[in-house]
Amino acid sequence: MIRFVSIRLLRALVTILAVVTFAFVVLRISGDPAQVMLGPDVPQDAVDAFREAWGLDQPLWIQYLAYIHSIFTGDLGISMRDKESALQLVLERIPATLQLTIPALLLKLIIGIPAGVYAALHRQSGIDRGVIMLSILGFTIPSFVMGLLLVLIFSVTLGLLPSGGQGTWMHSLLPTITMSIGGIGLLARFSRSAMIEVMGQPYIRTASAKGLRWSDVVWQHALPNAAVPIVTIVGFMVGALLAGAVVVESIFSWPGIGRLLVVSVANRDLAVVQCILLLIAATMVVSNLIVDLLYGWLDPRLRGQAAH
Amino acid sequence: MTPVEITHPYGGKARRPSWTAILRHTVPLSICLGMLWLLTMVLVAVFADLLRPYGITAMDLSNRLVAPGSTRHWLGTDELGRDVLARLIQSIRVSLVIAFSATILSAFFGTALGFAAAKFRGIVEHIVLVLADFQAALPFLIMSLAVLAFFGSSMTLIVCLMGFYGWERYARIARGLAVSASAQGYASAVVQLGASPFRVYFRHILPNVASTLIVSMTLTFPEIILMESGLSFLGLGVQPPETSLGNMVGFGREYLTRAPWIMLAPATVIMLTTLSISLVGDWLRDKLDPTVR
Amino acid sequence: MVAPLIEAAALSRVYETRRGVFGKVSSVRAVDDVSLKVSPGETLGVVGESGSGKSTLGRLLLGIDPAQHGRVTFEGKPMPTFGTAEWRASRAKMQFIYQDPLAALDRRLTIATQIREPMDIHELFEGSARTDRVAALMAAVGLRHDQANRYPHELSGGQRQRAVIARALATRPKLIVCDEPVSALDVSIQAQVVNMLRDLQDELGLAMVFISHDLKVVRNVANRVAVMYLGRIVEEAPSDMIFASPRHPYTRALVSSVPVPGQPLKGRMILQGEPPNPADRPSGCAFHPRCPFAIELCRASVPELRPVEDLRAAACHLVDSANAPIAA
Repeated sequence: MIRFVSIRLLRALVTILAVVTFAFVVLRISGDPAQVMLGPDVPQDAVDAFREAWGLDQPLWIQYLAYIHSIFTGDLGISMRDKESALQLVLERIPATLQLTIPALLLKLIIGIPAGVYAALHRQSGIDRGVIMLSILGFTIPSFVMGLLLVLIFSVTLGLLPSGGQGTWMHSLLPTITMSIGGIGLLARFSRSAMIEVMGQPYIRTASAKGLRWSDVVWQHALPNAAVPIVTIVGFMVGALLAGAVVVESIFSWPGIGRLLVVSVANRDLAVVQCILLLIAATMVVSNLIVDLLYGWLDPRLRGQAAH
Repeated sequence: MTPVEITHPYGGKARRPSWTAILRHTVPLSICLGMLWLLTMVLVAVFADLLRPYGITAMDLSNRLVAPGSTRHWLGTDELGRDVLARLIQSIRVSLVIAFSATILSAFFGTALGFAAAKFRGIVEHIVLVLADFQAALPFLIMSLAVLAFFGSSMTLIVCLMGFYGWERYARIARGLAVSASAQGYASAVVQLGASPFRVYFRHILPNVASTLIVSMTLTFPEIILMESGLSFLGLGVQPPETSLGNMVGFGREYLTRAPWIMLAPATVIMLTTLSISLVGDWLRDKLDPTVR
Repeated sequence: MVAPLIEAAALSRVYETRRGVFGKVSSVRAVDDVSLKVSPGETLGVVGESGSGKSTLGRLLLGIDPAQHGRVTFEGKPMPTFGTAEWRASRAKMQFIYQDPLAALDRRLTIATQIREPMDIHELFEGSARTDRVAALMAAVGLRHDQANRYPHELSGGQRQRAVIARALATRPKLIVCDEPVSALDVSIQAQVVNMLRDLQDELGLAMVFISHDLKVVRNVANRVAVMYLGRIVEEAPSDMIFASPRHPYTRALVSSVPVPGQPLKGRMILQGEPPNPADRPSGCAFHPRCPFAIELCRASVPELRPVEDLRAAACHLVDSANAPIAA
């Protein structure tokens, strides 16, 4: 088990390192930040001074090593634009993003899973068809379309809710709904197919044949076994808590890290972009890691494999 | 493509004993509608040049922000008096071309890598699997955002970038199926006949795994459409004066209150297209490939 | 005696299996120090229980699996390494027939295409001659010409195996290794397919290695029989001799379990103990835990396969040429 955990940890670290490297390479070879920051008409010595100040005159691999070193010492660089610590800038925005993504995640869980399970237990009924149809609709409508439609209906036409910005709970209502709809559809669909798969298994037939109450069959035998695929999807959603907000934050002018990313990308603010990429990738990798470890707890068979 | 040929001529209930099992089952109405819509989209994309009533940059300055239903501009005009229908038709072509090329690209590379892993095993297989893990753990939208912003957006770059999306699924599927086919069964029988690896993989294994791969293409295709339109919406995908569905929604957003049709037309097309592919894909999966749920 | 077509000298194959990715490695000696010869036109039957290594032996003979020790020579030349161009080219002369014809056929190609494929691969015969040959082969194995455009799943098990055999014969090979070619078929069909194989072999002068757990079938086709137990040959002799007077206790047990029509079973020897587990091989003679005659020596030392009579070899401490044959 220790071996299993340490291998997973190692792989998680390798993935994060690969993300950092990828980001670094892409950002450095794609353009000269000095030109972008200072504009085209700046004299050459000003450009050189800027480069020297930011270490951009060093060979690429030295910049890379310096970057890796500084990450390990907790220094994620300084925003070229605001001259502030990049990490500080990003961390300031995180609460705003979580203010949207956590309620959205809860909505996905408390609507998506029960809907899917209910549909699976009442296959071929009208409700089942309705759930299927709505869930397909849910994840085929892109979030920017959904967001704009909601704005069009609730803000423009009905005038009930604000169309953007941060403020009262009313402000966060539309973005939260927009963000959760795709996930609700996805979860409902996965829960449904996982439950259908489980309900067809011999042990469920055995459990109901031996006269167990139907609710006990569902709660004690079916649900725990359907949990593994559902947990995978939920883990992915948790991993996307920071990443999933880019589009929605842009639509609703929400001051979270998604918008910070779009703005920093437009300004070629390397330190901030790298910092956000790193944070997002780390969230994803860590939640994948937790899911992997959860498997062992949920499914004793996998635990057995892991021990070897 | 087959699905298009299947339903269209015979309507909802196609029955022809000589055809494969697909036809022996009734095709549900929703699937027919989905196929019909996809067929229309493909035709629009192919004949965009003939169908477009105006050039996409032709401005009719006396008729700006005209509402849909006008005799000269069926779907209205935008803030510069450009015909929304003409732009929509061109957008459909651009978005479909990107999504289609990217899907093919990712299917091709994924399958090739998967086969390579199955053929050479050992270190090659390890590398492919680690890369696949890495790809799956990437925040792909964010990465694409960064790449497009820093390299500057171009059609080729968008297609290549989107072509990276989802390759790991094909690689996993192709590897799994090729390994099981080589371990025993027809593939090893053909090897034993003296066939070259090329023949084994392309004449025997590929046709046998094609249905599974096509099914995963129906999963990737709508995701790529959504990704491209999302990027274009954020202003990082297809750049003006060229237009795509996401790009139209993005620019139409500024006129949401005064001229919602600019944004509603492409939004509807995106929704219907991804919805149709999902429905048809699900149905195809049930029909073609009982092993994948 | 003619020069052997294929000759195997001291072949051994050890498989290593792990439990899990980092588990302990355990090794299984599937084939252990096996030597044999097959002359042109001859059929060698290889008999044994499951796990005796007979299928592995078949794969080693054709060079599909590499042997760790020993070597195989075909027509006096060493077998090329698996996967090389020479190995592929040599397939025209030797073919393999599988146990499960449905698995061995590509379900997306018609059987005519598949029977033709070896000729396409080895570029034998020209254009329309290939088509003619496909028709001739189908007729030879007893398939109707209207079945040419059928797919494997549209044929019965026996018909599929006929198609596999036709495919194997397409390049006019000199040697065919059949691994349990009829055990997946209905008993009523088995005899037809076996008789057809035997007739074709006479007609074409093929050499054949016929691997089976079924003595009745082997008796029907083989000139010579090799009996395997846990990876080693324990007795080898002409077919008549083996069935008339088996010498090795294991062979005797096997032979006595086959009923002969019109005769009551007598002197039947029933095997005791556990069926053999290749991963956990007993010391000395691998058969000793089940052998009713085992003595101390059997536990301690492995008996060599040595000639005990004219044309017969056996690997048993208790059988020697001085002894009169034990019962008939």
